[in-house]
Amino acid sequence: MEPMEITHALESEFTSDVVEVKTFRDQVTVTVNREKIGPICRWLRDDPRIEMDYLSDLCAVDYPKRELRFEVVYNLYSLAHRHRIRIKVRLPENDLAVDSVVSVWKAADWFEREVFDLFGIDFRNHPDLRRLLLPDNWRGYPLRKDYPLKGLEDWEYPEYEEAMELHRRDDEWTVK
Amino acid sequence: MDCEVSDANANPQSVTKDLTLNLGPQHPATHGVLRLEVDLDGFTVIKCTPHIGYLHRGVEKIAENRNYLQIIPLTDRLDYVASMSNNVAYCTAIERLCAIEVPERALYIRTMVAEMSRIASHLLMLATHALDIGAMTVFLYCFREREKILDLFERLCGARLTVSYPRIGGVIRDAEDEWLEDVWAFTDEFPGRVEQYETLIDQNRIWLQRTKGVGVISAEEAVNWGLSGPTLRGSGVAYDVRKSAPYGVYDRLEWSVPTGTNGDVYDRYRVRMDEFRQSNSIVRQCIEALPEGPILVDDPKYALPPKESMFEHMETLIHQFALITDGPPTPEGELYVATETPRGEFGVYVVSDGSGKPYRMKIRTPSFVHISALTKLCIGGRLADVIAIIGSIDIVMGECDR
Repeated sequence: MEPMEITHALESEFTSDVVEVKTFRDQVTVTVNREKIGPICRWLRDDPRIEMDYLSDLCAVDYPKRELRFEVVYNLYSLAHRHRIRIKVRLPENDLAVDSVVSVWKAADWFEREVFDLFGIDFRNHPDLRRLLLPDNWRGYPLRKDYPLKGLEDWEYPEYEEAMELHRRDDEWTVK
Repeated sequence: MDCEVSDANANPQSVTKDLTLNLGPQHPATHGVLRLEVDLDGFTVIKCTPHIGYLHRGVEKIAENRNYLQIIPLTDRLDYVASMSNNVAYCTAIERLCAIEVPERALYIRTMVAEMSRIASHLLMLATHALDIGAMTVFLYCFREREKILDLFERLCGARLTVSYPRIGGVIRDAEDEWLEDVWAFTDEFPGRVEQYETLIDQNRIWLQRTKGVGVISAEEAVNWGLSGPTLRGSGVAYDVRKSAPYGVYDRLEWSVPTGTNGDVYDRYRVRMDEFRQSNSIVRQCIEALPEGPILVDDPKYALPPKESMFEHMETLIHQFALITDGPPTPEGELYVATETPRGEFGVYVVSDGSGKPYRMKIRTPSFVHISALTKLCIGGRLADVIAIIGSIDIVMGECDR
């Protein structure tokens, strides 16, 4: 199916939940109602005409100037039909939560953890939502646009101090 | 969890306990800085929790603060075992974003070097995988050939590992005839070398016992977990981005997608052995069909002008200045472009706001997804199988942590 045909099928199934459709270089991006992301993803996977059985990628984008600041982007692919589509949901800063799609694609597990880690977006009903790349006690969400490239200025490193202290005491243990 | 031992011969006082074992992050068999928390019941793995992030450098954040040309060296450092493939993947994505027509010769050269890096990467995979399982001879044999490819890369672009050879709109140096002859000579002897590796391990009883029926994943589950590349094809799914959404010149060449049937460690290894031959044939076809012509797009907005003309022409100097300071102009929009690197689907999702820097660049790497699937693959196997499985999914931590 052509991406636009998929979009039309999606629009006829979830009439009131498609917010925006955009085309760029033959790739179609469909923005949908975030409350319906679970059923929409399930339908996209299970409908025999579409069969989006492969979650290529899941990530987030931060637009600080927009009212709905964050976007969560789902890049879907169908191995059987060889077509792609991109689904998006938009989230406001004061309510950063969207339903997890781990029950639809297992691949979403770590992708969602990564988004949680780097953007601070909460995925409801995720089986194990913890920081993935950064340490558990990390402060802030680095991929947000307001997070400075060099990191936060007033950052403290208790582990580092601890390690340095151990290093200083190396001599005590060395056999002379 | 404590439980009573039911064996009457055992000491009635003794109890068995589940053991949580920490594997890595500094362990040669984890292929980088991967840490696994393995829960064991005897020797059987009942739970496996991977911990990553030891090599996280924030490449996506850095990319947002650099212009498109400056990102090419960053992509080298993702999958440092096959940096050529990463460069090609990134450049293909940006070219599609800007709708750049790449010269034919450059496309052929790129396809050729990408396949050479696939051979080099699979050689490293086979070498370390075999070494982990205990077949040390294969390691030395594979590195002999890998070294030859790296030497060829060095002659082509001056670097062995972090090549940064492709550019947006082409490649930076032309492949000379002498170099092509040496690549041809390599492809002549390489199929014989692959047979050597096969005689070493294919019928080896220990190898078969360590790999057959280990780390099995069904086709359906493999797709659902998002596996790709040889790891997915080992389960019998013939998904290859080079076939399903061709880039470069893959659609003009004769080659096939090898697949396995059982989805175990052995089949994943077999798929890679067959890919050696396919890649070898692709390289040969590229050399045979290599057209003459330019190697870089003739558009000063995207490609740096030749140095000589910069000293003579004012306009060229201005173009050079604009390209270095502002970066290439891009249209506003977003794009997901997938390519097939040695490990699987390498996707670049780039959001452009029309400036010379990407607004957001997400890199979807196969290793990241494969490591997440370790949770599934390792369960029910023995502890020693974990090592075989890690080798078979062929991970590179630089690519996983980004």
